Amino acid sequence: METTNSITKPMKSYVNTGNKDTRSGFGAGLTELGLKNENVVALCADLTGSLKMDAFKANHPERFYQVGVAEANMIGIAAGMTIGGKIPFTGTFANFSTGRVYDQIRQSIAYSHKNVKICASHAGITLGEDGATHQILEDIGLMKMLPGMTVINTCDYNQTKAATIAIAEHKGPVYLRFGRPKVANFTDENQRFEIGKAVKLQDGNDVTIIATGHLVWEALEAAKALNETGVSAEVINIHTIKPLDAEAILQSVSKTRCVVTAEEHNYFGGLGESVSRVLAMNDPCPQEFVATNDTFGESGTPAQLMEKYGLNSEAIVEKAKRVINRK
Amino acid sequence: MTTTTDNLTDLVQQVRRDILRMVHKVNSGHPGGSLGCAEFMVALFNGIMDHNPDFSMDGINEDIFFLSNGHISPLFYSVLARSGYFSVDELNTFRLINSRLQGHPTTHEGLPGVRVASGSLGQGMSVAIGAAQAKTLNGDDHLVYSLHGDGELQEGQNWEAMMYAAAHKIDNWIATVDLNGQQIDGATDDVLSLGDVKAKFEAFGWTVIEIEEGNNIEAIHKGMAEAKENTGNGKPVCVLLKTVMGNGVDFMMHTHAWHGKAPNDEQLEIALNQNPVTIGDY
Repeated sequence: METTNSITKPMKSYVNTGNKDTRSGFGAGLTELGLKNENVVALCADLTGSLKMDAFKANHPERFYQVGVAEANMIGIAAGMTIGGKIPFTGTFANFSTGRVYDQIRQSIAYSHKNVKICASHAGITLGEDGATHQILEDIGLMKMLPGMTVINTCDYNQTKAATIAIAEHKGPVYLRFGRPKVANFTDENQRFEIGKAVKLQDGNDVTIIATGHLVWEALEAAKALNETGVSAEVINIHTIKPLDAEAILQSVSKTRCVVTAEEHNYFGGLGESVSRVLAMNDPCPQEFVATNDTFGESGTPAQLMEKYGLNSEAIVEKAKRVINRK
Repeated sequence: MTTTTDNLTDLVQQVRRDILRMVHKVNSGHPGGSLGCAEFMVALFNGIMDHNPDFSMDGINEDIFFLSNGHISPLFYSVLARSGYFSVDELNTFRLINSRLQGHPTTHEGLPGVRVASGSLGQGMSVAIGAAQAKTLNGDDHLVYSLHGDGELQEGQNWEAMMYAAAHKIDNWIATVDLNGQQIDGATDDVLSLGDVKAKFEAFGWTVIEIEEGNNIEAIHKGMAEAKENTGNGKPVCVLLKTVMGNGVDFMMHTHAWHGKAPNDEQLEIALNQNPVTIGDY
């Protein structure tokens, strides 16, 4: 394995200010939005507590709509509310936000250009003990295939809060994906969230790690471990999977010449494939995937599942070493 | 806008000609249901609804309409064009490439009068509810109207919407169901019986108005006036419109055969002869 140096390089350090769930970031963002934008309305399919929508509901009962366990109806109502200038935020689990209501989203929202924000919690395998019926690992693919759909997967509480507020200003349908477990909260509390703009978290020369969602913190941990072995890893946080920041990716690989993508999603249809397309069209170079391998999940704790399905910092380190060897 | 019943009868006949000529030209489309609802749609857009052909998507301070059974697009397009939403000449582009008049209605090409795409069935009630709730939030006391097929009620989303509408007291919306008793594969009773539709809506907490003669303009005006009187009472309002599929063309009536089939040259001539030109073909 050839690397640029064999001594430890100084790195930016990120402080975990305390583990928090990204869904609470969504709830906090929605609460703030409710106070400052009276056109924002919220709909929930019997998961108000799980989605952390209680404060919005308490502050604005006239703008909160309990739909019951009827997600298809919720999507249609949200589409209709945009006619008259409302900005609907729908809330349920990622599985019931996408696969269950794909045709409703496709026709009534995406094809109809409706300004609906589909907010999806409990995405991925870290939903944990409820098992595979609730752990969707296909939702990014489903949503990114819809013409005109913006797809965002945030990495921590602060970023989820900032994204929730930012998407209200964006005209058009958005899929916002976040999760259930408490994870490291390390991004800036007062960050400006720019849709479609990648965030470079570490500079490096030997490999580019492109991560989204819960895997971003794992990527930072992996970069630290790699650095201790003399491997200089660049880390890019891709919160917006569509539209993808191709420029940031190409700029990084022009230096590192190899990529590891990391996501809590099936590698079919995920961030990794979107990155592959950018590379194939512009600047082909080796890529390895940290993602689930065309499988359903199962019950377990989030940490156990991340380990079993190869979605943690150790897996990223292993793939980084492998991809560097392929250069 | 006030229009006499005689004028509307002429307009209905012209709309029938439009429907027949549109589907004939491209040898595709859905004439049966379109013809069956011609009187209703003509009446709705000429006197019943307070609407503005100078189209705005948000439809603030006007009544707005959603077509849930999007396959009867020939009728929708003809009525919109003849109500001034766009030029009647554009009807000539129905289902052609680069047209705003897609096989099923869409907002995608920016056609005035269309506020949501429809065609994949069963989604219109939910959208109409959302629009009605937005009107309530905006303090806009105008109404939302929607039209649905009877076969379409087999889609489960309708029943989610029906339950929600009653629970949330959506009373600024009139949903009309075209009860023609036919769908693609045959009579609804044979394909999947809807049972007692009136009893089902009532059991879901709706006010139900029945229009027995759904192809009679006076009966439509009377029934829709009754429906309008029933809005604002804390209950959603449904109109069961009993129509004859293919109405106005004798060989297309009372059968599902013309649900999604265009007439050939000879059949078109016979059908047009039964509906002489009144206002002027596009």
